[in-house]
Amino acid sequence: MPTLIDRNGLRADLWIVLGDDQPIPAAPQAVIVSPARRAREAQALHAGGRPVGLAATPDTDPADIADALPAVGLITVDFPAFTDGRGYSIARLLRERFGWRGELRAVGDVQRDQLFYLARCGFDTFLLKDGESVERALAAFRDFREAYQSAVDRGPLFRRRPTAAAPEPDVRARGYR
Amino acid sequence: MYVYDEIDQQLVDDRVAQFRDQTARFLRGELSEDDFRPLRLQNGLYVQKHAPMLRVAIPYGQLSSRQLRTLADIATRYDRGYGHFSTRQNIQFNWPALEQVPEILALLATVQMHAIQTSGNCIRNITTDQFAGIAPDELADPLVWSELMRQWSTFHPEFAFLPRKFKIAISGSQADRAAVKVHDIGIKAVRDVHGEVGFEVLVGGGLGRTPMVGHVINSFVPWPDLLSYLEAVLRTYNRYGRRDNKYKARIKILVKDRTPAAFAAEVDEEWQHLRGGPSTVTAAEIARIAGRFSRPAWRELPADSPPMEALKSANPAFARWLGRNVHPHRVPGYSAVTLSLKRAGTPPGDITAADMRRVAELADEFSFGELRVTHEQNLVLADVETGQLPALWGALRETGLATPNIGLLTNIIACPGGDFCALANAVSIPVADAITRRFDDLDFIHDIGELDLNISGCINACGHHHIGHIGVLGVDKAGEEWYQITIGGRQGNDARIGRIIGPSVARDEVVEVVSRLIEVYLERRDHESERFIDVVDRLGIEPFKARVYAHAD
Repeated sequence: MPTLIDRNGLRADLWIVLGDDQPIPAAPQAVIVSPARRAREAQALHAGGRPVGLAATPDTDPADIADALPAVGLITVDFPAFTDGRGYSIARLLRERFGWRGELRAVGDVQRDQLFYLARCGFDTFLLKDGESVERALAAFRDFREAYQSAVDRGPLFRRRPTAAAPEPDVRARGYR
Repeated sequence: MYVYDEIDQQLVDDRVAQFRDQTARFLRGELSEDDFRPLRLQNGLYVQKHAPMLRVAIPYGQLSSRQLRTLADIATRYDRGYGHFSTRQNIQFNWPALEQVPEILALLATVQMHAIQTSGNCIRNITTDQFAGIAPDELADPLVWSELMRQWSTFHPEFAFLPRKFKIAISGSQADRAAVKVHDIGIKAVRDVHGEVGFEVLVGGGLGRTPMVGHVINSFVPWPDLLSYLEAVLRTYNRYGRRDNKYKARIKILVKDRTPAAFAAEVDEEWQHLRGGPSTVTAAEIARIAGRFSRPAWRELPADSPPMEALKSANPAFARWLGRNVHPHRVPGYSAVTLSLKRAGTPPGDITAADMRRVAELADEFSFGELRVTHEQNLVLADVETGQLPALWGALRETGLATPNIGLLTNIIACPGGDFCALANAVSIPVADAITRRFDDLDFIHDIGELDLNISGCINACGHHHIGHIGVLGVDKAGEEWYQITIGGRQGNDARIGRIIGPSVARDEVVEVVSRLIEVYLERRDHESERFIDVVDRLGIEPFKARVYAHAD
């Protein structure tokens, strides 16, 4: 069984993934659906205050789901293979451009060796691939004690060094943290 | 060169620990071959024909004598006593054992070195002009910007798993010595009318299966925007570059499919969101990085050295070496010197541990303990007092590193080829050696004049054959090694891809083909200063083709 974690440990998974042709279960079961299905059946899905999540794939354009963000409770981004890096850009766009503050979950071929990068790009929960040890995965968030670049979790090192006196320029509100 | 601070060091140390753990998991069977491969590649570790090959990063080609001594120790302890400098200013070891690689990386970390992102589908080592910072024709010094980009690209979380490898080169001079037009991103540091530094950005150049010259997509990116602009290019590529076909996955294919103008517009749109954001470079950071570069303490010297001039008049061999291997320096009284790693009996770019140690001593004695690796697989001592040139020449002759062939036919650029590389269709080194032996008469190669000869063992083009004046490419024909010949390619401001002259030839015919090309050139040139490629430009490939294939009539 894949295991769901966040940076602190195991997480209970209250969501089920609903295929495009699967019947909608009774409320209040939370469901994750494709953006297309949610667009088609928004009313039925949200009936009874049921939490609805969106399943993004590597070719999902975050701009296409931006309108749905206020209504959904979770976004998953699929990594069909860990070497397919499109999900990293999707995550940053959701966090930094479209202001997504809710749970952002990496699913698919999610292994410990990618957790550091995934977390930096804004993922906060991780559905680990079969066979990954939770303890070792948690250690991977600390693979590196620092990072040079600006990402979702922190600004660039050069703005955080003691010598960096220059103030952060006036930027668009960074939607997350 | 740039000296690490505590955080730079910590990051490299953390990487060593991470890779040690990954290697241990692989050896215990907890990490599959398929899952380990991309991880080891991002640490420069290939599995080759005989053994793993470890590619160690030499960021923008800069090396200290202390680092070179450590490379010599690694060659002695973990390899077979030598290393190979690549066309991307890195060094490769062909015989380390997989189990020992974490140990090698730990040793490298003690001298501020690593193998981070020297392979894999990520941003690779940034390359630049070997004369960066000292070239008289420099408009802006690329070194600080190279280090800024090194830090930015190291463990970039968004761009670790791109569709394909990604190579960036930067030049700051009028003459392009960094081949910026044949990189995924080529950057030319320029100045605007107010003297402010900015960057002309080219994308979509590259060699390999589909050789292309890059397109300018922005003629002036102001320096504070360099990183946000690069992020816009990389994000566009990461999202839309092809991932279904390895051979169509480089950014050049995306640029071609979109058209350069449409790609530029797409990048610009993305950039509008990123510009002015946290990645905006600060003057304080540029000053900080510049301050961490150890700059040679140049002395005030007269521009001319009478004893050196006297030897030049008296000794034609010295004069010849000065003409080919010694280059101007922007500080009066100093010169840059290329140490040729091209000689018969030694694969191009190869150097023994003993020679590494000797070169380290010479760097200490003559050039402030620093040296540079060139993309033509030679070494440079960049800050030699002009008055010391006779002494250095003598020392280099004893070591066999004074061959006066820079820019000439026997300065052959070649990949390791089929002798080592699992990808190669054909050998490169024996072909280079056969050519070097045929053209062993220095008077003759000086008479032929400027000529770049490049050899690649396969279409991946690590030997940059497309931009050789004469290019030799190993191809597989029904299991046999054959070679396709191109002429008229070139690097530099006028970079062009060479044209194929005809059907490929057998291995034992390559030397004869090169001889015939040279014959045609010598017969048809108008005067001595008309170079081989000038004649190709003037006459086209026909006369060359006719001579090469004459026997087939």
